[in-house]
Amino acid sequence: MGINEEDYLMLSGIQHFRFCARQWALIHVEQQWEENVRTIEGQYVHQKVDQPFIREKRLDKLIVRAMPVKSHELRTTGICDVVEFIQDPAGISLINEVGKFRVVPVEYKRGKPKKEEEDIMQLVAQAMCLEEMLACEVPVGYFFYDEIKRREEIQITEAHKEEVRQLFKQMHHYFTRQHTPKVKMGKHCKSCSLENLCMPILNEKQDVKSYMRRYLV
Amino acid sequence: MRKLLNTLFITTSNVYLTLKGETVVVSQEEDVLGRIPLHNLEAICTFGYAGASPMLMHACAEKNVSLTFLNAHGKFLARVIGESKGNVVLRKTQYRISDSEIASAKIARNFIFAKVANQKWILERATRDNPLRIDVPAFKQVSERLLEDLKKILACEDLELLRGLEGQAASAYFGLFDQMILQQKEAFYFKTRNRRPPTDNINALLSFIYTLLAKDVSAALETVGLDAYVGFLHRDRPGRASLALDVMEELRGVIADRFVLKVINKKMLDEKDFIRKEDGAVLLTDEGRKKFLQAWQERKQETLTHPFLKEKINWGLVPHAQAMLLARHLRGDLEEYPPFLWK
Repeated sequence: MGINEEDYLMLSGIQHFRFCARQWALIHVEQQWEENVRTIEGQYVHQKVDQPFIREKRLDKLIVRAMPVKSHELRTTGICDVVEFIQDPAGISLINEVGKFRVVPVEYKRGKPKKEEEDIMQLVAQAMCLEEMLACEVPVGYFFYDEIKRREEIQITEAHKEEVRQLFKQMHHYFTRQHTPKVKMGKHCKSCSLENLCMPILNEKQDVKSYMRRYLV
Repeated sequence: MRKLLNTLFITTSNVYLTLKGETVVVSQEEDVLGRIPLHNLEAICTFGYAGASPMLMHACAEKNVSLTFLNAHGKFLARVIGESKGNVVLRKTQYRISDSEIASAKIARNFIFAKVANQKWILERATRDNPLRIDVPAFKQVSERLLEDLKKILACEDLELLRGLEGQAASAYFGLFDQMILQQKEAFYFKTRNRRPPTDNINALLSFIYTLLAKDVSAALETVGLDAYVGFLHRDRPGRASLALDVMEELRGVIADRFVLKVINKKMLDEKDFIRKEDGAVLLTDEGRKKFLQAWQERKQETLTHPFLKEKINWGLVPHAQAMLLARHLRGDLEEYPPFLWK
């Protein structure tokens, strides 16, 4: 059986899916999107890193921006904001480069470190793509937070990877059925840019028949 | 619910619109008449020959600002539409339902139900507000008759029958329309609905406001990813925004008719705001149109509690709320489409 890459899902979708399955479905299944302050800030942060033709070398480091990645295991494709290749005798060799390197993804985020794990899922998924493409180990990755201008190190654990696999499995399942899950209202609804499209309130609504019958008096 | 931004209406014919940075520049020959930041606008609507630069069209399409060109009489000419939004699956569902008369009738029934329910409520409001100036028994009689129609509509699953019920209800309602005009009776009267062209002042206003409302409804439908041209009650006809006309059915009375009555009863327009052409066609003057649009803008900013969502929104957002509810029904979140039932 051949690999049909048409069916691959967007890697960045995993953060939406972990945040709220319905939000993910509205964006990725129904293709709806609305901007809010947070999404605009996010775009601004990424303008700076989305420079695929800039390649930097600094001492022992090769820094690559906007690198396309994919994983056949997860059936996903996406873009890593920054991947750093750091000279390391225990690392892997790269085409056109001398020496051995370890591979470190860096994801740029607006704001400051968050408690929730949706961002981590995205970084772990990127790490899994890199591991698969380069046949290497990616044990750590970083977030660069725009607001505090600082990096945060993330250990990429087997538990994280297993969660990523499970999430992608569910995403593919929903995507094949073109299914938008029903609303699960929660705190996260407050910071969601899609509240107007999602109409979480619909869940608690009376049925339409009785709504209409009330007018028959 | 999203915020209702402003609509920029351009009523002078030799005005040109351009984009400078993020600002719409309104100019007439060499003079700059005004500048409005694009992000403050939800829609731009121009009457007569008013040009807009391709760059502005580009920005409108990208930022989802509806840009509409109407002719000097308010007839729709063209609209700038951006990339198709929303999911092809949603539109395919819409097309599939539209292809089936039975499935279409189930949605069409709810449009018509709300149209008649809202007409009935307009009549009841009139008997309550002006019992001494209208023929109350006649209003009561029609209202009771509409109630019978409503019961039939709710049980009806046939498009042809629905259209028949709708037509009868509409003529009963319009039969009393003239009595709801309480001021300036010599200049404003209503005998029957006529159009293309309208031959009296009230029909001129009705035709105009229906165009404006249709434009708003079309834009709202496109925003949620529906195809405004493929309807359920109104069947396909090239160039006709059938779905917009469908959704408009429930809003005509409650939004457009009531607005026209208010403008006349509050004397916001008078006889001098109209001109009669040699062939009997009646047109709004430039000055009249300006006043009318101004009042329409203000009306759209007023708030109400949405009867189904129970949420406070602007009147101007009612088409958006209904478009979203329709999309949610087609997506399967709601087992039926909840129409806008005013009370």
